Amino acid sequence: MANAREFRLRIRSVKNIAQVTRALQAVSASKVRKAMQAMLNTRPYATKAWQVLTHIAGQPGRASLHPLLTPRPNPKSVMVVLVTGDRGLAGAYNSNVVRFCMQQFNQHPLAVRYITVGRKGRDMLLRRRKTIVAEFSNLPAAPTFTDVSAIGRMAVDEFLMGNADRVYLVYTDFVNMVKQTPVVKQLLPLELDSGEGRVMSFATASRTPAAYTYEPGETEILDEIVPRFTALQVFQAILESLASEHAARMVAMKNATDSATDLAAELQLEYNNARQQSITNEMLDIVGGANALGD
Amino acid sequence: MPIRCEIVSQDRLVYEGDADMVIVPGAAGEMGILPNHSPLLSTLKYGILRVRSRGKEEVFTVAGGVVEVQPSIITVMADAAENVSEIDVARAEAARKRAEELLEKAPPERDSDAFLALEAALRRSNLRLQAAKRYRSGHARGPGGEQY
Repeated sequence: MANAREFRLRIRSVKNIAQVTRALQAVSASKVRKAMQAMLNTRPYATKAWQVLTHIAGQPGRASLHPLLTPRPNPKSVMVVLVTGDRGLAGAYNSNVVRFCMQQFNQHPLAVRYITVGRKGRDMLLRRRKTIVAEFSNLPAAPTFTDVSAIGRMAVDEFLMGNADRVYLVYTDFVNMVKQTPVVKQLLPLELDSGEGRVMSFATASRTPAAYTYEPGETEILDEIVPRFTALQVFQAILESLASEHAARMVAMKNATDSATDLAAELQLEYNNARQQSITNEMLDIVGGANALGD
Repeated sequence: MPIRCEIVSQDRLVYEGDADMVIVPGAAGEMGILPNHSPLLSTLKYGILRVRSRGKEEVFTVAGGVVEVQPSIITVMADAAENVSEIDVARAEAARKRAEELLEKAPPERDSDAFLALEAALRRSNLRLQAAKRYRSGHARGPGGEQY
């Protein structure tokens, strides 16, 4: 039976695929560890920066402190920074975050424009005919703050120039190895009252009502610290997304390996069956032939 | 009563502990901060940060950033910071050479991003080298307020 040969070929190719996916899984496993480490390393800085900002927010007259802290009365346009991966093969990672983003902003009453981080998000938004103002793709595997600060700066510039009255950040929050959830966060104007989120969790340390002394001056220092914190939030979001991407890819590859192994076992059974069948048939033929001769 | 001192750089927590006095290179000059200081927010220059506690002194290099002072806590958010005892002199030296060479041979356009980055790198490695030379192995302490 030619069938048995076909089975053999299929079994071999399925086993090859399993080998490749297993290798990819191992690679992602090590990458997710590194990405998690990077994420945890920047957390103290992000936490401290947030603390300082909340202290500033506790000051009298915060609304007029800095343009980036001031909510605009009649918002006309919205900017969304969407963080996705550059590569696929990560299960539903990319489509999940894009779908979430669409749910949030497709029906939005205001004009929405996008900045995309990652090739996949750019492609998917282009297919949906969204307005993309800028795209950042092919980020290094382990981005540093300087690599991504341009993204935050761009968001700040757009906000300050009045091209966007609100800036949101959509990315994938890394909860644990098997759970990553897309989230949306308001980036600008900075909302300081809502102390939620893990990055934001701060010790209830000294919240003094006393006014700050600023050195060199209030404007200079706020000009320095507020945009930087915005960029930092973008950075943190990218690190979270990266860790999520690698984790999602690892799980996807594990599933692929598992089903490839299952498939190979199934095929092996069918192949054995077919082989047995062909042997039986041959035997029957021979026996039949012998019987015919004997008569 | 000591004051809590926390130093974070962009990529890690550098120092955390109680101090009797912290001397930071503020934008308007060196500041010695004692416990119960009034709230203060200041930018930092490139320079040396010293943490004194119980007669001992820990020395850090700080490459710009922000310091927030509350009566019971000092938070230093540095662009880059490290303990002087952690400085890798050979690496800093190599980095300085590289930056100098690049500035000499193929200087990027003045005030472009590349130029500023290179200049910052040079300043950082110079700062590290000088700090290592001065504060390592129990050398006599300088008067402070050095320019880098």
